[in-house]
This record gives sequence, C-alpha cells and structure tokens, in this order.
Amino acid sequence: MSELPGDLEYTDEHEWLRREDDGSVTVGITDHAQAALGDLVYVELPEQGQELEVGGEMAVVESVKAASDVYSPVAGSVLEVNEALGDDPEKINADPYGDGWIVKIRPEDIEAASLMSPDDYQALLDNLDD
Amino acid sequence: MSSTGSKTALFDRHVEAGARIVDFGGWDMPLHYGSQKEEHHAVRGRAGVFDVSHMTIVDVTGAEARAFLRYLLANDVDRLKDPGKALYSCMLNEQGGVVDDLIVYYLDEGRYRLVVNAATREKDLAWIAARAADFGDLEVQERAELAMLAVQGPEARALAATVLPEAHRDAALALKPFFGLEAGEWFIARTGYTGEDGWEIVMPAAAAADAWQALLAAGVEPCGLAARDTLRLEAAMNLYGNDMDEDTSPLVAGLGWTIAWQPEDRDFVGREALQAVKAQCDRPRFVGLLLEDKGVLRAHQRVVVDGMGEGETTSGGFSPTLGRSIALARVPAGDYERANVEIRGRLLEVRIVSTPFVRNGKICIDL
Repeated sequence: MSELPGDLEYTDEHEWLRREDDGSVTVGITDHAQAALGDLVYVELPEQGQELEVGGEMAVVESVKAASDVYSPVAGSVLEVNEALGDDPEKINADPYGDGWIVKIRPEDIEAASLMSPDDYQALLDNLDD
Repeated sequence: MSSTGSKTALFDRHVEAGARIVDFGGWDMPLHYGSQKEEHHAVRGRAGVFDVSHMTIVDVTGAEARAFLRYLLANDVDRLKDPGKALYSCMLNEQGGVVDDLIVYYLDEGRYRLVVNAATREKDLAWIAARAADFGDLEVQERAELAMLAVQGPEARALAATVLPEAHRDAALALKPFFGLEAGEWFIARTGYTGEDGWEIVMPAAAAADAWQALLAAGVEPCGLAARDTLRLEAAMNLYGNDMDEDTSPLVAGLGWTIAWQPEDRDFVGREALQAVKAQCDRPRFVGLLLEDKGVLRAHQRVVVDGMGEGETTSGGFSPTLGRSIALARVPAGDYERANVEIRGRLLEVRIVSTPFVRNGKICIDL
C-alpha cells in the first residue's frame, strides 16, 4: 500500500479532495479505489456549471469489471472537468492523485463536508484489511 | 485473508503471484494478478494460464454410460466416434431449461468425462445421480482430486508442451481441435473458453504447482477470472447463469446448434418442451451488440428496438481487443440492425453484429 499524500483530505467513499488557493477544490478517487476497480475504461463526467449536492452522484467510473458511482464530497458547482479522461480513463489508474483528477468544484460550504485527514483515512483502510 | 472458501491446489501460488482473490461459487479464486486487460491481451497475443481446478470433473463409466448420456444431454454423444473427441452440450430439465452447460469427452468405449461448472456443482451432481438411478451398469464419479489448468493463446501449446509428461508430448502436440488424450493420470485436451488455440490440462493436484511454476517460467502469463470473462465474451461463448439458466431454453440463448434433433427416436430430458419452443415462429433472437456510443454495456440492461419491443442484455462488458463495449442480448424477433440500450436512464445506440466478436486473435466484426 503506497503512502497517502499528506496535503489531501479523504472521504469514506474513497475520494480525495484538495483545497486550492483560489477557494476551489479538486476531487478524485483514491489509489485504493482505483485498485479495487481495476483497469478503467470509461468515465462519465458531469457538465461544467452543474450543481452538485453533498453525497450526490458526480461521475461514474467504469472498469472492465464494473461501474461505480463517484459522489460529490461537497455541495457546489462544477468549475472544470478532466476532459483528458474521455480518451484516457486509465490516467486514474496510473496517477489517481495527479493526472487522474476528476473534477474541480466551487464549493458552497466546505466546512459542511465530512472529510478525513490522511491518518484517519489510513486507519479506515487498515480496518478494511482483514 | 479471512475467507473460508474452497481452495484449489494452487491457491498459495496465486497469492504469491499477487492475485486479487474473490469468491466464485464458494471457491477462493484469482480475479486478476494486477491488470486484467494485460492478461486478456497476453492470451490473444501469446499465452496465458488459468487455474480452472474449481470446475467439476465427473467420470461416467459402465456399459450403459453411452445410453445414459444420450438421455441426459441435449447433444448426442453418439456423434463421438473417435476416442478423445469432445462435445459441448446443455443438460436440460423437463421444461427445456438449462440445468448446466458442459463439455463431454469420449475417453473410450464405456468411459466418458464431463466437465461442468463450479458454481452449479452440487445441483449438477444431484441431478445426474437422480437421472442415473434408472440405469443399470453405470458409475458416476466426481474427480475432485484432479487439478485443471487452461493454457490458452496462439503460443500456448508450444510453451506448455514442456510441462507435459515427456512420453505424451508429441501426441499432445498432434491433437486436433476439440480432441483430448489420456496420458497416464493426465488428460490433455485441445479445448478452451477464450476463442484461442490451447489446451486444457487435467492432472493430479500434487502435480499442479510444478506445472504452474514451469508455465510461468516459460513466459506464460497467469490470468484470472476477470480476463476469462472478457475473453469468452469476445468469443461469444455463453456463461451459465448469465446467458442461460434453468428458466431459459437453449433455443433463445444462441445454443440451438448444440441440440441434436436427429435421430428423432432419441429420447432426452427436455426434448418435448424444446420441440414446443422450436415450433414458435416469433421466438426471441440471441445476438451480439456493439455499442456505438462511449460507455460500457453490462448484463441485464434493457434493450429497446423501435417498433419491435424490448429485450435484455445477458452478458456485457468492455472488449479489450476491440476497445469498444460489446454484449450478448436476447431481443425481439424480427429483421433489424440497430437498437438502443438503456444505461443509467439514457438510451445509447447499439448495432446488431454477428458473433463471435473476436476469434484466434482476429477481430471478426466491422467496427
């Protein structure tokens, strides 16, 4: 298990979130999530400007094996989507915390989001392993 | 790993090779060893090996073995004249639904070997035993002590020959497709479930680990159930429980070719019910679908055909060879080339295509 980036926050749905300097947040799925899904072959992205609710469906990632919903960790509007995933969804497998980011969101109230520190998320992952 | 499932003789080898283990019909089996796509491509381009020891091997022997199997199976073992020859068949219930699909090998007079699915093991053994009760000189014996490896791909036989007992290598390499041969305690057959050339090799469980290691050392890629599924889907080979089950007639599952209607006086389980289905002129078609849009088809999605009605995908997924999504589907009778499949509330366009999608490494449809 690789080390979790320390500058990110995490959700119990295995998403990560980074607070950017301009007040926006970037969201993706964790290394654990991409490994569980396997080779990704398709990502359904939201529209720019789309309004998202906390815990609402934000994107769908499909691996060879299965489809999985990605939920928005915050309420807000979609600023930007990672269009590169359209042609190359495997970027999420190769670099989940970098080139594999999924959306940038302008959050309404980030303090309302239920987020975990890297240590807490690591503890959650450790509990998943038998 | 806290799982309590059954384990094949190779379980520890799978874990060593980095397998992600999942439950499959009560067995702890490798799903993949890192990348199911790479495993898929290895089989299409070179060679891969699957541990299929979880599958159930049943030997049927005795003077009445032939008569019994001619009654038990919808295909006719009387077609097996040469020792070693294999036959694919459905085993039907009285309603003409599919209890299981299987391969039967004719070993020699009065000796047959069946390979049935793992997930249906108990049901199949009970079903076979109940039908066997009316036959006299007949022995039905499960061979749980045997392991089985499927080595598949264009280079599979060349790479795997070295792991066979030396005295039988040349004979194994000379096997024609859909033939097998007994080699002491081993059984080698030129069959598979991927649409590629290769062998399925049955051996004593104690020999499996050495054979596995030798295959890996020879450059054969270890492959899991996930790649097995995308390979068989591209080859348009049915999966029991998805494409057909006890409530599905083989005639609406693309398996009409496996039913031996001749000779007409052969009574087999389900024949009467099948004949009624055969007489229906508007029975559903079983077809291949190619998704024209981006996305991924999955099993049990709704298929909508303009003016004709609705159907359902029975298997679906992403085809690594085509780079597109494909499915098998049961759709309304009629002449049409296009339909729509509902994915998450949206209707996406699909084209009806001939199957298989891929065979022997080659794409068989227009993209």
